[in-house]
Parts: sequence; structure tokens; C-alpha cells
Amino acid sequence: MHSMKPINRKARKVEAAVIEATGDVQALQRRGGEGKIYYPMGCTLNFTPGWEVDISGGVAGLCQPVERDLFDCHLGCGWPAQVPDHLNNAPDWTDKCASAANDWRKVDIVFP
Amino acid sequence: MSATEIVASAARYHLREFHAFDAVDSRFVYLVPSGAIFSLDEIGGEIVDRIKELNPTREELGRFLVDRGYEPSDIGASLMELEQAGVIIHGDFVPQKPQVPVQRFPLQRIVLNITNQCNLACTYCYEYSPDKISKTDGKPKFMPASVAEASIDMLIKESAERPSIHVTFFGGETLLNFPMLRSSVEYAKRKCADAGKHVEFSLTTNATLLTEQVVDFLAEHKIGVTVSIDGDSELNDRMRVFADGRGSYEVIVPRIKMLLKRHKTNSIGARVTLSSGVHHVRRIYEHLIQEIGFAAVGFSPATANPNRLYSIGETKMGNVLEGFEDLAWEYRDCAVSGRHHGFTNANDTLKELHTGMSKAYPCGAGLGLLGVGTAGDINLCHRFVDSDVGQMGHVQKGGVDHDARDEFLNTHHIGARYDCHTCWARPVCAGGCYHEAFIHYGDTSAATLHYCDWIRGWNDLCLRIYGEISVRNPSFLDRFNEN
Repeated sequence: MHSMKPINRKARKVEAAVIEATGDVQALQRRGGEGKIYYPMGCTLNFTPGWEVDISGGVAGLCQPVERDLFDCHLGCGWPAQVPDHLNNAPDWTDKCASAANDWRKVDIVFP
Repeated sequence: MSATEIVASAARYHLREFHAFDAVDSRFVYLVPSGAIFSLDEIGGEIVDRIKELNPTREELGRFLVDRGYEPSDIGASLMELEQAGVIIHGDFVPQKPQVPVQRFPLQRIVLNITNQCNLACTYCYEYSPDKISKTDGKPKFMPASVAEASIDMLIKESAERPSIHVTFFGGETLLNFPMLRSSVEYAKRKCADAGKHVEFSLTTNATLLTEQVVDFLAEHKIGVTVSIDGDSELNDRMRVFADGRGSYEVIVPRIKMLLKRHKTNSIGARVTLSSGVHHVRRIYEHLIQEIGFAAVGFSPATANPNRLYSIGETKMGNVLEGFEDLAWEYRDCAVSGRHHGFTNANDTLKELHTGMSKAYPCGAGLGLLGVGTAGDINLCHRFVDSDVGQMGHVQKGGVDHDARDEFLNTHHIGARYDCHTCWARPVCAGGCYHEAFIHYGDTSAATLHYCDWIRGWNDLCLRIYGEISVRNPSFLDRFNEN
């Protein structure tokens, strides 16, 4: 956790629940029922490969890194609701993100 | 919608319910109602302080934290986890009323009042004092074996899937009915073996009737023993006297020493009742540990109407809390260096805090525990046995009256105790002892308001000690993980 540390037993249970609710990028790591791989629905608008999973059900063999979908949505797909308005209000929101695959955690937090 | 309305409606952060405390330069929060204890990192502390001071909007808070030099990714994650854990809320905080659990609770323990007779006449005893509520006229003085056996059968049946059950023997003076106690233990073991359950026993005694033969039986069956004693001869004999006024100290001490020497298979604790003339916590503790040889000593104020002369009263309760604080810090010193300390009150509270208990009811009475009187009447607990209050059936006439039990649990749930709804100590207190409430206010569902400040003071102290142990010797806390 970023801001606090669990001390007693109940706090460890709360921590587990918080991580479950807010956990870091997990969609493709999550297990489906009965040990099956969890497949996210993905973007319904495009049929290009590279978003969901590769032929083995993993993400290693995609034609572009999974992190790229952040940019695909607002640049390639033109889906404004998903990202800050980079033309007018938040032109520098990806300034610290030189390479999406490596630096995607550094995209700025923008307050609407 | 105009611009001003948009600003006015922008959600602001608020703190949720918790009790903040410090220990060894660290900041902690005790969350209510979950009972979780977290230490706050620097960013967590800044967020809490800022919200407490200004109730900022998300934007205001974000800008403040960016200016303070925190990474945006840390800010976002921190706000989210603080909100998810129940420390802060984005918007107005509206406490949720606790819901009464629907499920019927399996029984875990019965307390058999195997006699209503006693060979002592302690001034403060709730069974004989002016505050007596039990009506023993027409009831047998000693519980017959048939009633004890029916009670044990009932416990096995009502314990449902529980693998382990517990029988506590109580009185009067329990050992006045030792022959029946002995046969009940054997009966319970036999029946539990058939039912595939584990059974444990305990009893409370004034120690006057302990003999080697009795003690060997207790040791053989691993029966936990609580001995009522109030300190050295001067203090003990102020209240704990025979009917002719003679003190009991000289009679019981050799017997207690013999008990401590011969009985090593279960815990043996001293239980001290504090009253107007007996409130010298450290003196009593040191005498019982060093002179008598107990490994554990617990204290409790006498339950009494405030008008009684032996009632401890506010001033002396202040002395008691000071004495508790003194012993609790000593407990802390032992804990950080990994040594045992026998102050049961601190140990029990720290265990509850470590578990993160969040109680819907102040104790197990009526929930996992029931009391049975000498005639077989079932009641809330041993303190209400044979009184008009909290009746819940008869062991030989239909067993537990589930409707009465459900009714009691519905009306005594923390959700129904409005006085407690804004108190941070409610996860550990839940309103206080039903008997204490009944004697003071004539109502079992009343919160024991005369102890509120005391309980908050005590729990705050124990939280600070818990925090300090968690920093300086966290492995000490592993002992609380059992069960």
C-alpha cells in the first residue's frame, strides 16, 4: 500500500480487500473460474489484433504492447471519454511517458 | 446549472470514523467499525490532516499534494486505498446502521450454576447483596446431576457444527457441589466423545474448599480455574468474609499455593473485585504475583448500584485507571523485551485489538453462551440465572426458547444502542455488560454510560501500547494469533 501499513489481523484482511478492489493492472493476469484464463472483453470498436491476448492466451506475443491501448483509444480510435483532453486542457499529460510500454505509470493524474 | 452551483456541489473529502493515536514517532489509525489498525505513511498522514482541516475537493487536495512534492501516481493510489479502507470518503459521510445478523448463532458455552449456596458472605456479591436479582425460593440449593446432564445434552445439540464446546461451573461456591461437578465432567466427556466434539471445562471458586483430591481431579481433566481473591489479608478481608465476619485470606492462601503447585495442565488465574475499600491495583497485583505465585491476575470493579457503600465511585475509579495504566506500561516493557506479564486485563484487550474484533454484542451472553440455574432454567448468563430478566427456556422442558433468544438479540444488537453510534470504542465495547446496565439503569439494553470515559481511556492506552509493541517487538504479537 502507498499511504499506510496494516498492523493487526483485521487490517491485513482490509488490505486484501482493498487490493482486490483497487489492484494494479490485473485484467490479463487474473484467473477465470476453475483455473481458466480470464479473457477481458476488450475494445468492441476495433478488430485489429494487438489488444486482447495472443494465440496462447498471454500477452507476450501481441503485435504491440498491451499498454499501447491507452494511446490507441484516444489517438487511433478517437474515444475522448477515456483520456484527458490533450488538445486544450491537459496538453502535457503524457510528457513524462516517453515510451508507453515502459513509462505508462508516469502518465499524469489530471483533475477534471 | 450556473458555475457557482457547480462549485457548490463539488464533492469534498471527509474523514470517516477512526481513532488516531501515536506511538514511537509513528502515526496510527484504529478504524471504526472494522477494528483494523494501520500505521500511516507520510502521504497518508498529510492527506488525513488536510482533510481534517479543510475538507478539500479532489482538485484542491491533488494540487496541495503535488505542491508538497508527491508523485501524481502515488497521490491517486493513496486516495483510492484510503477511501477503500474506510479512512476517508469523497462526499458526505453518512454512517451506516449496523444490521442484525439473521443467522442463528450456534451455542459454544454453558455456565452451570451448580449451587446457589456459598460458604462466604462477601459484602459486594451480586448473588446475596441488596442488588440481588435471582429468585432462588423454591429452587434446589444444589443442581442435581439430571439437570447438569440435560444441560450438556442441550449444549451438544445447540452447538450444531462447532467442533469444540466449553462447560463452565459456577455458583454460589462451585466446590460445595463437587460430587456433581465430577460426575458432570465425566458425563460430558463421554457424550462429547460420542458426538465427535472436543470439550473443555473451567470453574470459578473462592478456594476455601480446595483439597489435594479436588485439585488432582481438576488437573487430570485440564479444568481451568479462576480464583476469586482481592489481594493481601488486609484488602482481601475487607469484603471477602465468612458469615461471622472473619476474613477468608488465612484459609485460602495455603490452598491456592497447593493448587498452583499441583495443577499444571490448564491456566489458573486470580480474579480481583475492586470496590470502595479495595482499589490498590499495583499493591494487589504484586502481592498475588510475587507472594502467592499466580501467573495471571485480572481486575474488575464490583457491579453495584451507585448508592451502595461498597460501590467504587468515580474518584476511586480514577485511581483504578491510574493503577491500570501503571501496570499496562509495565506490561509494555515486558512485551518489548519478549517477557511474560501477568496483567490479564491488558493481555485480553491487546488480544482483541490484535484480532481486530468488531463486536455486534458486548459479550457472548445469549449468543454463544447461556447460563443454567440449579432447577434447569436457562437464562442469559450466570449473572441473570433464576432472575425474571433474560429467561430463555428450560433444559428439560423444550430446551432453548429460540423466540426469546432471538428477541433478546434483536433488541440488544449494537444497532439498537443509539448511545454507542458515535463512539470510536464501540468495536471493542459494544455497550457494556448487560448485568451492569440492569443494576444501574434497570434495563439490560442500556449502554453502561457511567463507564464510557473509562473504557475509551483504557482502549486508547492499550492502542498506544499495541502500536509501540508493533514497532519495537512485532513478533510478540504472534502469541495472539492462536485461536
